[in-house]
Amino acid sequence: MSLSVMLSQLGSGMLKSMGIFFLTLIFSLPLGLLVSFGRMSKNAILRTIVKIYISIMRGTPLMLQLLVVYFGPYFLFGMNIGGSYRFTAIIIGFSVNYAAYFAEIYRSGIESMPVGQYEAAKMLGYSKGKTFFKIILPQVIKRILPSITNEVITLVKDTSLSFALAYAEMFTIAKQIAAKETSFVPFIVAAIFYYIFNLVVALAMERIEKKLSYYQ
Amino acid sequence: MKLLEMKHISKNFDDLEVIKDISLSVEEGEILSIIGPSGSGKSTLLRCATMLETIDSGEICYMGERAAWVTPEGKKVYPRGETAKKIHSYFGLVFQNFNLFPHYSVMKNITDAPIHNQKRNKEEVYEEARQLLAKMGLSDKENAYPCQLSGGQCQRVAIARALALNPKILFFDEPTSALDPELTGEVLKVIKSLADLHIAMVIVTHEMAFARDISDKIIFMDKGVVALEGTPGEVFEADHDRMQEFLGKFRR
Repeated sequence: MSLSVMLSQLGSGMLKSMGIFFLTLIFSLPLGLLVSFGRMSKNAILRTIVKIYISIMRGTPLMLQLLVVYFGPYFLFGMNIGGSYRFTAIIIGFSVNYAAYFAEIYRSGIESMPVGQYEAAKMLGYSKGKTFFKIILPQVIKRILPSITNEVITLVKDTSLSFALAYAEMFTIAKQIAAKETSFVPFIVAAIFYYIFNLVVALAMERIEKKLSYYQ
Repeated sequence: MKLLEMKHISKNFDDLEVIKDISLSVEEGEILSIIGPSGSGKSTLLRCATMLETIDSGEICYMGERAAWVTPEGKKVYPRGETAKKIHSYFGLVFQNFNLFPHYSVMKNITDAPIHNQKRNKEEVYEEARQLLAKMGLSDKENAYPCQLSGGQCQRVAIARALALNPKILFFDEPTSALDPELTGEVLKVIKSLADLHIAMVIVTHEMAFARDISDKIIFMDKGVVALEGTPGEVFEADHDRMQEFLGKFRR
């Protein structure tokens, strides 16, 4: 196999890894906020359910969760799991897992907000929704950004777990080529890809942090 | 008609009776100061009047309209919807630690609520905000952020923010307790200058000279009850042991 063929195959894997990454973020960031509301709910039943969910998501391997999401419908309901479900299962698995982590980060930020901000907003006639989205959430985002960066960087590397479902993303392809060609080169290319991807992520997050540094 | 009437208000925190059967009223344009030792329930009374705390018995009325009451069965009632909105528009509160929104500029802190919550004309609100800032001596700070201001400046922005909603009555919860003497002076000067706006003020304060100077009426609170009430002259000259003991601590 020539280097250019190898690179083009790895390139398509790269795009798929990035697809998993972005879709997971798009779904898990808002979902995490919802989960954090459940975690802080006054309703004890809802709170307990969400607590158990978070505990399971954090307490079991992500790779195992992916396998359960993918094979679960077949073993539990005898459903036919086709090829297109593979990608859906990956996005569901990742999103549901990361939402649990993000929820705890949101919660830490929301609970660190001084009660005076809520009281001032109430005095100025902000509704509960406006208070949260205009006054509280922007400040929470600033506070939790470093923790979010950590998770996002982990996610870049975790996309490689999709190899457990034989989805043709970067790592799966690199492993295949390496085995077939008995070559070490694909692994080096993969390492460089993940590293540069994370470098860009870190730089982007740093820029956002800087943008929010106009106030304390 | 009384602007604010609080009748037989009590408030408990668990087993602790913080406010015991207090009644008071404020006329339009009247300035009332509430003084007394720490822990006497002054701030709690203010927080009850502004609905930040619920009351355990009694009744609160603004402009003759019931804003909070407790039924004989002990149920606490607070109106909702439009009535609540209207009642809340009567009053504003200035906090001890300002509680400005750190992510908003000075201008946005002042104008956001009138524009988006009261749905008033944007140009008009900005114009009024500039006048308020001028009155506060902060015309050059409209684009600054709270973290760039001194404590005294923050408190003056907070006062402007409360005034921008055109309340009929403004509550001050120890507005200078977080400030050093110099900054205290500038904030007190601003509060004094509000007297000619003819809005009513209820001020919880430890600044005795200021309270004596500015108030139409003074309430001296001790252990959750009104121990003494009257004009500044009456209260400060009263032959009242607890009051004189309290004042003595300030004179020393």
